[in-house]
Amino acid sequence: MTTPPRTRRLDRPGAVTTATVVLTVALCGSAILAIGSGGAELAPLDTARYLFAGITGGRITPDEITDYQIIWQIRTPRVLLAAVVGAGLAVTGVAVQALVRNALADPYVLGISSGAASGAATVTVLGGLPMLAGHGPTVGGFAGAMFAGALVYLLARSGGGLTSLRLVLVGVVLSFGFQAVMSVVVYLMPSGESTATVLFWLMGGFGGAVWTELPAVAAIVVAGIAVLAANHRRLDVLSLGDEAAAGLGVDAGRLRNLVFALTAVMTGAMVAVSGAIGFAGLILPHLIRMVFGASHGRVLTVAPVVGALFMVWVDLAARTWFAPRELPLGVITALVGVPVFIALLRRRAYLFGGHR
Amino acid sequence: MTLRIDGVSVALGGRTVVDAVDLEVADGQVVGLVGPNGSGKSTVLRCVYRALRPDSGGIRVDGTDLATVSVAHSARIIAALTQDNRSELDFTVAEMVALGRSPHRPRGALTDEDRRICREAMEAMDVAGLAERGVLGLSGGERQRVLVARALAQRPQLLVLDEPTNHLDLRHQLGLLKLLRRTGLAVLTVLHDLNLAAGACDVVAVLSGGRIVATGTPAEVLTPGLIREVFGVEATVVAHPDTGVPQLLYSLTP
Repeated sequence: MTTPPRTRRLDRPGAVTTATVVLTVALCGSAILAIGSGGAELAPLDTARYLFAGITGGRITPDEITDYQIIWQIRTPRVLLAAVVGAGLAVTGVAVQALVRNALADPYVLGISSGAASGAATVTVLGGLPMLAGHGPTVGGFAGAMFAGALVYLLARSGGGLTSLRLVLVGVVLSFGFQAVMSVVVYLMPSGESTATVLFWLMGGFGGAVWTELPAVAAIVVAGIAVLAANHRRLDVLSLGDEAAAGLGVDAGRLRNLVFALTAVMTGAMVAVSGAIGFAGLILPHLIRMVFGASHGRVLTVAPVVGALFMVWVDLAARTWFAPRELPLGVITALVGVPVFIALLRRRAYLFGGHR
Repeated sequence: MTLRIDGVSVALGGRTVVDAVDLEVADGQVVGLVGPNGSGKSTVLRCVYRALRPDSGGIRVDGTDLATVSVAHSARIIAALTQDNRSELDFTVAEMVALGRSPHRPRGALTDEDRRICREAMEAMDVAGLAERGVLGLSGGERQRVLVARALAQRPQLLVLDEPTNHLDLRHQLGLLKLLRRTGLAVLTVLHDLNLAAGACDVVAVLSGGRIVATGTPAEVLTPGLIREVFGVEATVVAHPDTGVPQLLYSLTP
């Protein structure tokens, strides 16, 4: 056998562990840097000191209160939310691509994000539902996402469970339907607030991050990642198609139900707090596969860290490049993602679905 | 291990594709399923590897009705090489073969024993040298051998193969069929090449229009009359000079 050793992917067993550790350290450093950066610049050590005070309830001097407020009440939840959503988008992107066996799929292809946007827009137009104490659009967004998910599921279901193609078709078609509903709502009841809400949901952003909403999103995303990662081998099998899956002992219809439910809840939770941040869920899975190979065991180990790291930097860029104005996150994910993606695509022999 | 297919019928889209098929595969037996396109061969196999539920009839392994056990359980007994076997993701050959262990180890890391089984399967199918290659970059024949290796890595008692010699060159066609005989596993395989079927199978079952029209040893089944009736082809049957196995000769001139 004279096949030369393959060098195109970092897929030796230790490489993934090493990469994950290195990236996690980078993530922690980036988070502290990002929390310290912005309108009021702080040295990383000061940032760390305020964070420590925030976590332990330690003391600060009265003249530090303004800085502390910015760090602890505004930037920390924002950076943490960016990390959580980045991790979640990378993982749901991987799962949805295995679910529908399509390279172009992203977490939004199933119609969840447009459902969330319609829900949020409806709640805003209705006056924000005062009993929800300012969380109206978020709750409405999540409810819309779940409604959309249930509708897509019911319409895509056929005798033997969910099939890949029907899921994509129904998801894409319903996305258009929900966008139409949203446009009608905004058109019939025009108000500055509802238009701003819709724009926010379409573009995505972490400007609305608050401590009160963070735990629920984080819990859902972390739990979802854990369940998907525990099922990594079954995801491998699912990506081979229903016939092969049956022969390997996986009931593709039932597993698809599980993956669909998980990704729908995760996507709904993320979209509800940060809008539909485009592109990350599409390209991060491909980027990770190009570097680490296709096996979901490796991909799902490294994807949460890569996603979190990516999104922390994207958010930092969004709020500092043209400060005090903020760029929509989707713009940055595309500006950064496209060149990196193209460069990797051209350098490495990356195959998906047999197309070079 | 005995597989017994009992009166299995399947209707797809309102059309009866498989009609009351009875078939038995005994321990260590290689049973070939032959027949023209659309005669229901693959549909019968799909019922055996659980991609399809028969509308009536039952499939039993050692007396246990497959419909009463989980898909994961049957995949520990029955391994399949399916026809629709295109992967979307570029797994390495080693990873693809290792997925054969997934019915035994749905979660958690593979053990040394798992890895040894995979290595043996790859060596048996002559794909060990491709271990680090991506499956999407392989030729059709290489991929087919990788998938057979994956089926072997399942360590099944029954191999179900849908046209396993597809895309294989002559050496690997013969190699695969010899290997099937050597493993001592019960094998149910669809084969298009009747001469290979005659050489490799203990029993040949002929499907036509969803029904079994003949079952028996190759010599009993592969007669000019049956070939004409089922395939609409004139064939001369001669005995192989070395083995005595019936071989079909066709003439392209009218």
